[in-house]
Amino acid sequence: MDSWTLILPELVLAVAGLLVLVAGVIPKRDTSYAVNMAVLGAFLLAAVLVMMQPEGTAYAGQYVADSFTKFTKLLVIAGAALGLLLALDWNVKQNLAKFEYPVLLLLSTVGMMIMLSANDLMALYIGLELLSLSLYVIAAFDRDNARSTEAGLKYFVLGALASGLLLYGSSLIYGFTGSTNFDRIADAVAATEGVPFGLVVGLVFVLAALAFKVSAVPFHMWTPDVYEGAPTPVTAFFASAPKVAAIGLLTRVAAGPFGDLADQWQQVIILCSLGSMILGSLAAIGQKNIKRLMAYSSIGHVGYALMGLAVGSGLGVRALLLYMAIYLFTNVGAFAVLAAMRRQGRSLEGVDDLAGVGRTDPAMALAMTIFMFSMAGIPPMAGFFGKYFVIGAAIQGGYMTLAVVGVLTSAISAYYYLRVIKVMWFDNGVGALDARPASLSVVMAGTGLFTVFFFAFPAPFLAAAQAAVAALVG
Amino acid sequence: MTTTVTMAGGTTEMSIGLGHYLTVSAILFVLGILGIFLNRKNVIVILMSIELLLLAVNLNFVAFSAALQDMTGQIFTMFVLTVAAAEAAIGLAILVIYFRNRGSIAVDDVSTLKG
Repeated sequence: MDSWTLILPELVLAVAGLLVLVAGVIPKRDTSYAVNMAVLGAFLLAAVLVMMQPEGTAYAGQYVADSFTKFTKLLVIAGAALGLLLALDWNVKQNLAKFEYPVLLLLSTVGMMIMLSANDLMALYIGLELLSLSLYVIAAFDRDNARSTEAGLKYFVLGALASGLLLYGSSLIYGFTGSTNFDRIADAVAATEGVPFGLVVGLVFVLAALAFKVSAVPFHMWTPDVYEGAPTPVTAFFASAPKVAAIGLLTRVAAGPFGDLADQWQQVIILCSLGSMILGSLAAIGQKNIKRLMAYSSIGHVGYALMGLAVGSGLGVRALLLYMAIYLFTNVGAFAVLAAMRRQGRSLEGVDDLAGVGRTDPAMALAMTIFMFSMAGIPPMAGFFGKYFVIGAAIQGGYMTLAVVGVLTSAISAYYYLRVIKVMWFDNGVGALDARPASLSVVMAGTGLFTVFFFAFPAPFLAAAQAAVAALVG
Repeated sequence: MTTTVTMAGGTTEMSIGLGHYLTVSAILFVLGILGIFLNRKNVIVILMSIELLLLAVNLNFVAFSAALQDMTGQIFTMFVLTVAAAEAAIGLAILVIYFRNRGSIAVDDVSTLKG
């Protein structure tokens, strides 16, 4: 298989990004709308190409394409496209309609796709940095806003620290196995008697850096600040696509080159999972800012997803993939509601600002109710099945502590999800919100229908996740 | 890659091996991390510490590359250097817009967002 043909999705997306960048900067007038549409078209094209992509490896084993990359890449592209839809109206109203936004989103998507297809520490690093550098910039995209720039600065400093940890770990892994290629690392690990200390240190450094990127406890401290400070559509994007990409990467690194060291990394992942679930459910309770609440909620959800990896079985990884798919769509839907919270042109972020929405805009309140029920894991919403699969995998693998903590924390977290619903339907508000734009209604309706009717047609998702797991675990 | 060095006195000889390089790089790496967390003054110092982290890693890669007689580590170093330059550019750009909004780059002032 020719390397250039295999990487066609990334290639097309990257070239489209460069063309759009040129096309956006040359005309004298405002090009943001045209660039937005062009980038959405590029996402669509990339999704089609990913679906048609044959399996194989390219560039001397640096790049790999299989069912796992297909599943996760389609999720990532969907998340990025939805994230862009959320920003369309918001950026115009906040006076942020600049054509750089969709271009940065597109470049970060290329980075995520490279990460997911990486079969070498070098490709992993380049993909991760392409993603991170774009994210630092869009976190600070509202550049006249002190909170947005502070979010960008914090994210940059801690993200750069995580990159440093990743690189230090990579260098140790390279030194102790003699290669940066995942397959050759796996061979070297299998061939060595016992486990070299340096290799374990390197592995822990890499895991810590990836845990930082997925914002798992104890590397979560940047999440609430960045989620609160960044513009709402940016937060929606942060909480969806990059998280799926980073969890996918973490899964590949753990199950691929270090599959034989499962005993070493399992304890780390179990601790991260337990910590994230507990912190995510407890710390969100007192939050008044709904973006901060969603930040803690996303930490909790990462905990559940990591439970699937901690179990270390094919069943667990399948549960993890399904969990992330469901989380992605539910989360984007909830953020569509947050992006629509606007009164007299001013955007609102308080949980209390949702008061009375049940009377003034019942359709949106219904959508938010669906998303909150789904996140709390109440049947028959999609989120229930996500939790059902991961906790089922934990019980089958004999990890009772994980399963029990999972059930308990999901009961605790139901409190703050239900509080949002209570505020919407039963509290008295100060007046109606501004009319919501069509783009947000489309996203709410689409993700809402997915969340409600997932139980009726889970088969294609289960089959796709099963195929993805087969490619990874074998 | 053992190098024989004649010490200042001219009589003592010692050889510098992989372990020495790794030790220096580990020290630099820890200094970089301490610089990020213990620094209470200036965000620019944090940027410098990040560079220190990346350079410590580069030293590691080159030392391993030489010890393993394998070019991959040096290629990786070239990538790290390139990305570090891009990272510094973006970091400084964010710092500039932050300074415009707040009029200060003291670390203690970066605390508007709290839960």
